[in-house]
Amino acid sequence: MSVTAGIRPKSPAERLLATNSWLVFAFFYAPILVLVVFSFNANDNVGIWTEPSLRWYREVFQDQAVLNALKNSLIVAAISTVASTILGTMAALALERFRFRGQKFYDGLLYLPIIIPEVTMAVMLLLFFAQGFQWLDSTIGWSPTFGLGTISLSHIAFNISFVTVVVRARLGQMDPRLEEAAADLYASRWQAFRRVTLPLIMPGVLGGALLALTLSLDDVVITNFVAGPGSTTLPVYVFGLVRRGVTPLINAVSVVMLVASMILVAVSFGFQRDPKSRVEPSSRS
Amino acid sequence: MNDEVAVARPELEEAARRAESRRGFLIALPAWFYLTLFFVIPLGIVAVYSFATRSSTGRTILGDWNLNAYRRLWDSLVVEIAARTLVLALVTTLICLLLAYPLAYYMATRRPMVRNILLILVMIPFWSNFLVRTYAWKVLLGSDGPVSQLSQALGGEPIRLLFTNTAVLIGLVYGFLPFMVLPLYAALERMDWGLVEAARDLYAGGWTAFRKVTWPLSLPGVMAGSILVFIPTLGAYVTPAILGGAKTTLAGDYIVSQFLAARNQPFGSALSMGMMLIMLAATIVYFRWFRPSGRDL
Repeated sequence: MSVTAGIRPKSPAERLLATNSWLVFAFFYAPILVLVVFSFNANDNVGIWTEPSLRWYREVFQDQAVLNALKNSLIVAAISTVASTILGTMAALALERFRFRGQKFYDGLLYLPIIIPEVTMAVMLLLFFAQGFQWLDSTIGWSPTFGLGTISLSHIAFNISFVTVVVRARLGQMDPRLEEAAADLYASRWQAFRRVTLPLIMPGVLGGALLALTLSLDDVVITNFVAGPGSTTLPVYVFGLVRRGVTPLINAVSVVMLVASMILVAVSFGFQRDPKSRVEPSSRS
Repeated sequence: MNDEVAVARPELEEAARRAESRRGFLIALPAWFYLTLFFVIPLGIVAVYSFATRSSTGRTILGDWNLNAYRRLWDSLVVEIAARTLVLALVTTLICLLLAYPLAYYMATRRPMVRNILLILVMIPFWSNFLVRTYAWKVLLGSDGPVSQLSQALGGEPIRLLFTNTAVLIGLVYGFLPFMVLPLYAALERMDWGLVEAARDLYAGGWTAFRKVTWPLSLPGVMAGSILVFIPTLGAYVTPAILGGAKTTLAGDYIVSQFLAARNQPFGSALSMGMMLIMLAATIVYFRWFRPSGRDL
């Protein structure tokens, strides 16, 4: 391995690097571990350890508000993931495989929702829906309200861009000659896409879908703005509880959410065995 | 005869090119339409609202256009919040860089097997729920939380960090550190380490080789990581809302409060526009200066 050329093994610099690395990993995992341990604490008070128990997990799964929020989260995540994956994949194909007028502008437009601060996007969508509903009411007498619909529409709006970026990366790695070969063998444009392109970019599409799913399940800021009464998602509900204080119930909900994230990571690694093509990180929090 | 064919061909090619262009446009259309309706128009509405007037009851009056909301951006309170946010974002980015660079370097110089395991260890917090990870620090830093208890057990004072700038800083570094590690790692892993070896063969010391070879080659990763940490930190809302207090208001929670508490939509819109411009400027600078040197991010 030539990669160790920069530093000799066991040199002081090397030891310093190793120490720093393990400290950073400790920093990454210690808070999560503390949270997990305390979620199994029987005591009402978060800080005082009495004995291990599953009490809070039982309470989580009996808490109607939590279950309702969870159901809402899953509905929104499912709708927005499917819609944004289809729209985002189409956008990626158009940008990577075609030349059309307004392409540069389109490219820039697709990056904007990633760059723009979440808070700003939340504000934009809130004002848009409020103004739009008022307008619909006065023109056709239809007055929709804030709820799962507005949340889903908003999630699709920010997810399209992330799906596009991931699928484009995959398309960029693909050899375009494969499509040309299919065309030479008299495959129609659609057949070539269906039989050659789509199977090859599938890991990218699934990776994009998974990223969309994760972002949708995690979103607090935008959902908080466009949710209506009775339509909170799990993160927004938990955010409300967290702002009021620290309780063992939140610990247990948090651990359930962490486990869900871990399952998603595991699935994503399953999709993409080749570490080079792994989904690159996004800037959304 | 031959001439006719030669004339006809460019026309055919032109027609084929146009058909292709139309097809591309049609495939792009659904997402274009969606983003126009749910992104461009909302953006326009915020821009319009920022020139409107707030009525005494908190409603927004359209039609009486003025620059009052923008004038308020120079209030000392707003300038103070903007300065605090900027400093906090810069400090967060710097700390992330200082922690992440050695880690990424360490990761990139391991055997491929170890490298992949370490990469997974970084990916897990990256994919984990941001809200939950921030909440974990609220548990840790609380007045009867583990950090304070540990300090008392060691005979010290109870530590009150929660609701301070320090708590927000810890939360931001913790939240965004993976965004710094991953691009740095990508840059260092892709680097041609033979160049470092060559420098060493030419009698460069470890430090000189790093400064003259490794660091310049990893700069695209440094820039990508910095922008990925700096931009979301500028707009952070969840972290200050959970770990911060009344005296640690940042731009993100200030904007939210204009809509949900103060009911001043024009001023909130003007603040949003200001924040957006700063972000766009930072991103454009990044793309202009550093994009050509590598495809990282």
